[in-house]
Amino acid sequence: MTTHRVWVYDDNVNTDVIFPGKYTYTLKTPDEIAAHALEDLDPRFTAEAQPGDVIVAGRNWGCGSSREQAVTALKYRGVTVIVAASFSGLYARNCINQGVLPIICPQARELLSTGDTLDLDLAGGTLLIKGQRFAFARLSPSVQAIYEAGGLLPMLQRRFSDQGAP
Amino acid sequence: MPGYTFAEKALARAAGAATARAGETLDVRPDVIFSHDNSAAIRRIFEKIGAPRIAHPERMIFTLDHAVPAPTTQHAQNHAEIRAFAAENGIRWFEVGRGICHQVISEEALVLPGQVILGADSHSTHFGWLGAFGMGVGRTEMAALWATGELWMRVPEAMRVTLTGRLADGVTAKDAALKLIGDRGADGGDYRSIEFDGDALPLLSLEERMVIPNMMAEFGAMNAYLPPDEAVFNYLRTRGAGDFTPLYPDADAVYSEHYTLDLGTLDPQIALPHSPDNVVSLREALGQPVQQAFLGTCTNGRLEDLLAAARVLRGQRVRCRMVVIPASSEVLLAATQDGTLATLLAAGATISTPGCGPCMGNHMGVPAPNEATISSANRNFKGRMGTADAPIYLASPYVVAASAIAGAIADPREYF
Ligand code: SF4
Repeated sequence: MTTHRVWVYDDNVNTDVIFPGKYTYTLKTPDEIAAHALEDLDPRFTAEAQPGDVIVAGRNWGCGSSREQAVTALKYRGVTVIVAASFSGLYARNCINQGVLPIICPQARELLSTGDTLDLDLAGGTLLIKGQRFAFARLSPSVQAIYEAGGLLPMLQRRFSDQGAP
Repeated sequence: MPGYTFAEKALARAAGAATARAGETLDVRPDVIFSHDNSAAIRRIFEKIGAPRIAHPERMIFTLDHAVPAPTTQHAQNHAEIRAFAAENGIRWFEVGRGICHQVISEEALVLPGQVILGADSHSTHFGWLGAFGMGVGRTEMAALWATGELWMRVPEAMRVTLTGRLADGVTAKDAALKLIGDRGADGGDYRSIEFDGDALPLLSLEERMVIPNMMAEFGAMNAYLPPDEAVFNYLRTRGAGDFTPLYPDADAVYSEHYTLDLGTLDPQIALPHSPDNVVSLREALGQPVQQAFLGTCTNGRLEDLLAAARVLRGQRVRCRMVVIPASSEVLLAATQDGTLATLLAAGATISTPGCGPCMGNHMGVPAPNEATISSANRNFKGRMGTADAPIYLASPYVVAASAIAGAIADPREYF
């Protein structure tokens, strides 16, 4: 069980407020990208988020663009778990591919406010929120393998290095 | 055994499987993959993968469209890297000014009915207009596709949307798409395959058909599909397409939801700030002041859209600034030759290079704080056009043109 401070947001938070489109071709380093995470929605997050913090949201978190920086901007701020009532499909794919875990828990957002904490048992697949326990759905085995490798990039790096240099 | 949806058939085919069912995870080998100004960033990820070579350069397409002509040195450098990489690897690419990825790939007949096309762009659902499976992917996924030619995909469940009746004058496919998104919400598609049918479809022009799957990205769809007919086949054939095998869902395929819309009863719609599902009837928004009108994008930047605007603007003067950006060089040329452009210019509109323009806030029409824009685009999130406190309204080209004349949200039918 690990304990995490949470940042709580509403339904339909879109990728343009998680990471503004105007930066997508200009900012390249992880630090630059992380520095603008959620700046149009919650400047306090941008200023104060700490590694290990968890995002808790309502329905359809990450709707909109396919841009991965909407996942990596949070990851580079140290967020590796996002709990939402539901995710945009593209965003959930991007999470897995970046080694960030999307957890579906419809109740979390009602129970929590920004600054509260939740407990997470990754191996057991449960969340403990204000004394209530919630089991979350596990990934399918092939998708779990990508997540466990740390994402699609490390998985492929391993695959190509196992094949040896050309 | 029930029949198969379009998505089940298309993904089974691309995975080399006899059949597939919703919920299965497959390794899919797309027929076409594309990226745009983000290709340089994808290349940096591709290089980290350590693959000895690109698996299938012949399946790849690059378009320079998102910030063109380059607004800054950084953007120019980005374009230069993409040109050099394309040349080195024998990848087909399209130069600044040719147009927006979805439009150019359609015009060039580079994707065909029944094929799977994956783009590093969320509006890749667009290609459903010609009966292809189009889906947006992230940059790492695109780099993985360059390296391996395949990608994991979960076969989606499907939703059936039946469109009946005939659109009234001044009402468009854009209004139909907005209505669906407004009724069911931005996550109403729930990452499913949105499969259209109904007697309204053959009555829609091809350009109108393109609007519908394009907009389904705002519905949270994984892909969208319109059954292709002779009109689509002719379009592709006259553009040099080779052989193809269209796919159609079985009559007894399983759909998790069925939505029906009678286009005959539809009136013009508008999405209010800051979400494409914040949709109301146009009459509820009339009179809201706007400081900018933007006609363009992969949703509504084609010849018919410019013609619609010209119909409203003929003999009129715009009261606020109006930026017109044709979706491609082909559209720009046609609008030049048939006089549409002259009508728009005479009314006081201005024209920019084919491409995305201000759609995602890069340049060429970024609003000032608190300035409202009426746009023919697909997405009006806060900050989308580059300025956080600048409301964006989404509507059809007719409404964009009428609002430009009034300097406020207006009903185009008053100018017919
Ligand atoms: S026009 Fe807008 S929505 Fe279409 S591809 Fe360009 S940025 Fe995306």
